[in-house]
Amino acid sequence: MLDPTPDGQHSDKSPLLRTIGLSKRYGDFLANDCIDIDIWPREIHALLGENGAGKSTLVKAIYGLIQPSAGEIHWQGERIVLSGPSEARRRGIGMVFQHFSLFDNLTVAENVALGLDGKESFKDMSARLEQVSKTYGLPLDPRREVWQLSVGERQRIEIVRALMQDPKFLILDEPTAVLTPQEADQLFIVLERLKAEGRAILYISHKLEEVKRLCDTATILRGGKKVETCNPRRETAGSLARMMVGGEVKEVKAVSGRKTTVPRLVVNDLSLAPAEAHGVRLEHISFELKGGEILGIAGVAGNGQDELFAALSGERLAKDPGTVVIEGIAAGHLSITQRRKLGAAFVPEERLGHGTAPRMRLSENALLTGHAASGMVHRGFIDTAATLRTVDRATETFDVRKAKRDPEAASLSGGNLQKFIVGREILRNPAVLVVSQPTWGVDAGAAAVIRQALLDLAAAGAAVLVTSQDLDELAEIADRIAVMFHGKLSAPLSASEASREKLGLLMGGSSLEPKEVAHAAGA
Amino acid sequence: MQLVLEKRAERSNTIALVSPLIAIGLTIVTMVVLFAILGKNPLLALHAYFIAPLTDGYSLQEIAVKATPLVMIAIGLSLCYLANAWNIGAEGQFLIGAVAGSWIAVKTQGTDAGAWVLPAMLVLAAAAGALYALIPAICKVRFGASEILTSLMLVYVADLFLDYLVRGPWRDPHGFNFPTTAEFDPVATVPLLIEGGRLHLGSIIALLVVAAAAILLGRTIKGFEIRVVGAAPRAARFGGFNANQLIVLTFAISGALAGLAGIIEVSGPVGHLQPGISPGYGFTAIIVAFLGRLNPLGILIASLFLALTFIGGEQAQIAMKIPLDVTKVFQGILLFYVLACDSLILYRFKLVFSNRQVSRGAG
Repeated sequence: MLDPTPDGQHSDKSPLLRTIGLSKRYGDFLANDCIDIDIWPREIHALLGENGAGKSTLVKAIYGLIQPSAGEIHWQGERIVLSGPSEARRRGIGMVFQHFSLFDNLTVAENVALGLDGKESFKDMSARLEQVSKTYGLPLDPRREVWQLSVGERQRIEIVRALMQDPKFLILDEPTAVLTPQEADQLFIVLERLKAEGRAILYISHKLEEVKRLCDTATILRGGKKVETCNPRRETAGSLARMMVGGEVKEVKAVSGRKTTVPRLVVNDLSLAPAEAHGVRLEHISFELKGGEILGIAGVAGNGQDELFAALSGERLAKDPGTVVIEGIAAGHLSITQRRKLGAAFVPEERLGHGTAPRMRLSENALLTGHAASGMVHRGFIDTAATLRTVDRATETFDVRKAKRDPEAASLSGGNLQKFIVGREILRNPAVLVVSQPTWGVDAGAAAVIRQALLDLAAAGAAVLVTSQDLDELAEIADRIAVMFHGKLSAPLSASEASREKLGLLMGGSSLEPKEVAHAAGA
Repeated sequence: MQLVLEKRAERSNTIALVSPLIAIGLTIVTMVVLFAILGKNPLLALHAYFIAPLTDGYSLQEIAVKATPLVMIAIGLSLCYLANAWNIGAEGQFLIGAVAGSWIAVKTQGTDAGAWVLPAMLVLAAAAGALYALIPAICKVRFGASEILTSLMLVYVADLFLDYLVRGPWRDPHGFNFPTTAEFDPVATVPLLIEGGRLHLGSIIALLVVAAAAILLGRTIKGFEIRVVGAAPRAARFGGFNANQLIVLTFAISGALAGLAGIIEVSGPVGHLQPGISPGYGFTAIIVAFLGRLNPLGILIASLFLALTFIGGEQAQIAMKIPLDVTKVFQGILLFYVLACDSLILYRFKLVFSNRQVSRGAG
């Protein structure tokens, strides 16, 4: 155990950071179970695992946000007990969170100043901010207000803020989840440079190709336990996935020769003003979706996907009925219930609080979307048996695992709740299914079940619209892919043409060469 | 070592039932301390409050009579609160109902109007209560005004309006200048259930309201809409339920029930319209609604308990010279404990033995 890295390449005598038997217990749940991990200087160390594997808990303990229930943390060979994140920062541990903590109405420099503990003047700090951002190739204008910036730029603020404290060790939590492929490439250059300067980086991700490309070491967690520490460059994506999941990942099979039929969902020149301040305005969105077809919508979060979902579902109404046509009927002015009666079904991104009422039972949550058109209500009275039958059928068809027959929605794990929600909608045999982030935060097993269900639904003749930030997911299931940027939707590319390169450019707001667009429009 | 609140995976149904009992226990302990400070024998005081009223038939009937308006108002309020609409003005809706119903009684006084008078009074009172409750509801939906403030302020408007009527236009000419209407005619009076007793038809109406609410909430899609809008507003919108519509609906039902309770009180136990027809039923009903877990059956039980404190408070005043206001203190403390104990439904207490001190010592 003295030198656990496979290469034995470290010139340093002791690791920069070492955890010994680190455990964290929440009630009856063991989020981290005796985790040993060594981080060496000049190393990019990947922390791999599915949602709920314990990655976040582990880094929160290392960053001093939570106190471990048992175990030790050693920093530069000395045992430490962190009183909080400010002590971690003082010792040279920095962290960039997946969810940014920025104030929209303050400038970049003001936001950075708020996050720093030092006593330097605002002017000096701004100068240093510009200098750090220049040195590392992370261009930022300190005077701009945050709400005007793209997600990638916001992430830069967080990274620069961490770098201004000159950390020896930097933790990044899924940094590429919100970036276009090109932005991710730029980030990797920065990270390589930080590594060359002798810093250590802990890189949390579940994107295996990325880890193979960037990281020197990978520690894999599963169910709160450490499974393995290995050199990811000597592994295949498949072997890493097996370690993460603890078994084979089911392949998703598309039915070959799917026939497309009549247009079932048509959107004509849909424009909609934002409902909230700093919201996104939808601009002239048009597409046509035929039965038997899956259209994917890619794009960085916050480019109007939520607004599009609200406009398609009827949670927000359009002035002109003809902007949204479901099954040949103008529906832009119809409520979500009326659209459901036309044969549409919807799965929102947020499972708890939007897709379900968290503290209500599954049968009641089946009623939530099924009351309009599923024979669950007779003359205003609820047919409880019918709602329970839906729960049972969803449980059986989509392998929903739960402690009892009809538990509260909030007590299910993310993957099982998502399977229930998707199942609830698919069991209604929709003609059109609009689904947002179908496998976000869902374990690989459940993700495979859900993607297969979407493919099968399309094969049965339904039109399926999938919004996702996961390009691999869209490549796997979509027939055509369009990109959303600043409230506009690009012309769809057929899946075979939609390379990561092209999608990345569209996600970043560049337009493709004219001839390519023309070609794509003809597809 | 520290005491922490830890979230439960699923809400505890046991605690949901036990929490009101814990709250009552804590309230009684607090009251014992309060009685001791007032220099009264706590045991005798508790006996006067909670045991004595249960020992004779007259008091038992009186408890049911006092519980009747509490149940009807609290059922309406529970619908509002489940839908996340905060009607605090039931007292005002109660008074307006009493006034509107009394209008028919006053106008038909001494005429040979037939059996239609009482039903017409009930219907008009319910309609007036509903309309009065719609003022804060529509202000909320249209202009975003806080329904808590507007509904509460309208209580004082109703109170003063009633005061004006009985001192002015509606005053009984043979009433020695007391601010009261004449005694209502028999056709304008809620019939008694037992000849010579206190129980009246209103108690039966209250039981019907409880049953109707239980069916509405447990069996119908409307009841489901009310519950979802309160529990998860965004999910409710996704379900296709209109929150504003439900605010208006629950306020209207709640106002109608309060108005109905008002006219039943006036044309039953009181017999005429006068100021002070309510010892704060509209406010006490808020406590009843929460003590009863916003559940119809729970509200029935809670209303009997709070009616007991009204009767017990009167007995304690007579027997031990304990001020009647102590009853209000009791009710206030009870609401406080009920809300505090409710956190145990979703959370549990846990003792945590921190390893931090130990590791500091070692490090």
